[in-house]
Amino acid sequence: MMPAPEPDDSDTGLPVLRSWRAVYLFVLGCFATYVTALAIFGRYLA
Amino acid sequence: MNTLDYIVLVGTLVSIAVYGLWRTRGRRDLHDYLKGAGTTPWFVIGLSIMATQASSTTFLSTPGQGFESGLGFVQNYFGAPLALIVIAIVFVPIYRRLNVYTAYEFLGKRFDQKTRLLGAGLFLVQRGIGAAITIYAPAIVLSTVMGWSLNATILSTGALVLIYTAVGGSDAVNLTQKYQIGVIFLGMITAFGVLVSKLPEWLSFGDALTVAGGLHKLEAVDFSFDLHKRYTIWSGIFGGMFLALSYFGTDQSQVQRYLSGGSVRESRLGLMFNGVFKIPMQFFILLLGALVFVFYQFERPPVFFNQTAWQQRAQGDAAPKMRALETAFDAAHAQKSALLKTWIEAKHGGDPARIEPARAAALDAHDRVEAIRTAAKQAMSSEPGKAAKDSDYVFITFVLDHLPHGLIGLLVTVFFAAALSSKAGELNALGSTTTVDLYRHVIRPDAADAHYVIASKWFTAGWGVVAITLALCATLTENLIEFTNIVGSIFYGVPLGLFLTAFFLKKVGGTAVFWGALMAQGLVIVCYFSTDIGYLWLNPIGCGLCMLLGLILQAFVGETKTNPG
Repeated sequence: MMPAPEPDDSDTGLPVLRSWRAVYLFVLGCFATYVTALAIFGRYLA
Repeated sequence: MNTLDYIVLVGTLVSIAVYGLWRTRGRRDLHDYLKGAGTTPWFVIGLSIMATQASSTTFLSTPGQGFESGLGFVQNYFGAPLALIVIAIVFVPIYRRLNVYTAYEFLGKRFDQKTRLLGAGLFLVQRGIGAAITIYAPAIVLSTVMGWSLNATILSTGALVLIYTAVGGSDAVNLTQKYQIGVIFLGMITAFGVLVSKLPEWLSFGDALTVAGGLHKLEAVDFSFDLHKRYTIWSGIFGGMFLALSYFGTDQSQVQRYLSGGSVRESRLGLMFNGVFKIPMQFFILLLGALVFVFYQFERPPVFFNQTAWQQRAQGDAAPKMRALETAFDAAHAQKSALLKTWIEAKHGGDPARIEPARAAALDAHDRVEAIRTAAKQAMSSEPGKAAKDSDYVFITFVLDHLPHGLIGLLVTVFFAAALSSKAGELNALGSTTTVDLYRHVIRPDAADAHYVIASKWFTAGWGVVAITLALCATLTENLIEFTNIVGSIFYGVPLGLFLTAFFLKKVGGTAVFWGALMAQGLVIVCYFSTDIGYLWLNPIGCGLCMLLGLILQAFVGETKTNPG
């Protein structure tokens, strides 16, 4: 049998990144950092 | 490979499979079999998502892509973090609230049963082909270089994964993937370390990057807006985001991975784990390929990396031409190595008047070597004027020729572990979708859980047999990792359009979106075969067409009862 539906979890359970908004911003920040670093890396060594 | 390598290979693969089976023995509940016991922590889900996506082509073919074309392929993954955030916010709560086993159950609840079956059908066709490629891709390369029988390689790997996936279900897949990805990371990091240690003593790591950069292998980001280029930042972000949205959000092989978590939190964090680590992982593998390229600037590589095919051709009528190419290649490569060393020495000397001429001379020498390589590839092609591809053979050639025994076994284990982990996720999803969306829904709605568990095992095994059969009949000419993405891009846009219509176009009903999706899929196939736009753009085109045609057809169909999730 399928268990009962569950509510949306609001607590991330992570240190520092306590809200989901903070988690998503952290992932976006990592993404922006990677793209910038790769662009600089390629241009500097070309 | 020697005995030690075979012990590492067989011992690792079989022990992981047996451990997975032993830990998950006795699962008779459908929920546990399809979704796991709900105790999988987020980092295991994250690794499982990564292992399902990263097939053996990722580790076999991507370094060859880095060797051949540099780091530009990393842009293919730029859309992934953005897509994963959207999925965590929009898709995950809906799937969990509706308590679905498969993503396509949601389409049935929101639209109607024919749309659910269309979504499931598109998945089964696309993923069925994908499962065959997953098993064929490493087998064709490894059997060629090892001298193994292609059919025996396909059958043995296919049978192993079929057994533990069919018997153990979702938890067995998660558990084995955790250890398989551990072996993969260990092997790739070790190969990277050995590669760096084998560079010439006078060449520092920084110098190696200078050589790679000077020969255009480190240009990772292309800002030009050209629809015909395969990889630009724009095709990566927009096309790649649609591809990733469809793959992670609507492909059951991924949905099943994050639904195996006990809560929304575990599912979301597993996805975010990939949002953070996907791009660095791909960058690392491509950089490995670029460094293999540098290594072969100072170590004589084969003229054509598929040496088995080269030697077969060299024994025929083309022998004089092949020998002439080899002689010319030897001389040009030796000259290039010397000129590259002169350039790096000039750079160390710090005299700008010497650096630039030395660099220009090295680039000229590189162009001459590449011209000979191109002539060799054309000589190997069955089509006049076209060049045969050998990039899939680059990394395995390096592994076999330059790694010590034991590590060769470890790296070959990496390729097979990646094939098994990816195929396990696919078979698990194919079996689940066939059981839940077709068998339980259409054929046998009122049976007991134990019956569906047995049916699911048989369907999983059946899809394993289908994938093995297709793999035994397959032939491929594209670079393997690109071929996988091309097939995905043709079939992923429309299912994503179905799901986005369900989420955001509340007025569109089942009949309109069903016919809109069918027409959109036809147009995408026509678009692929009749234009030369970069394949990543097919994802937004398919998705957009499905949504647009659904909206237009809805205007003709009129009022439709919908059942919003």
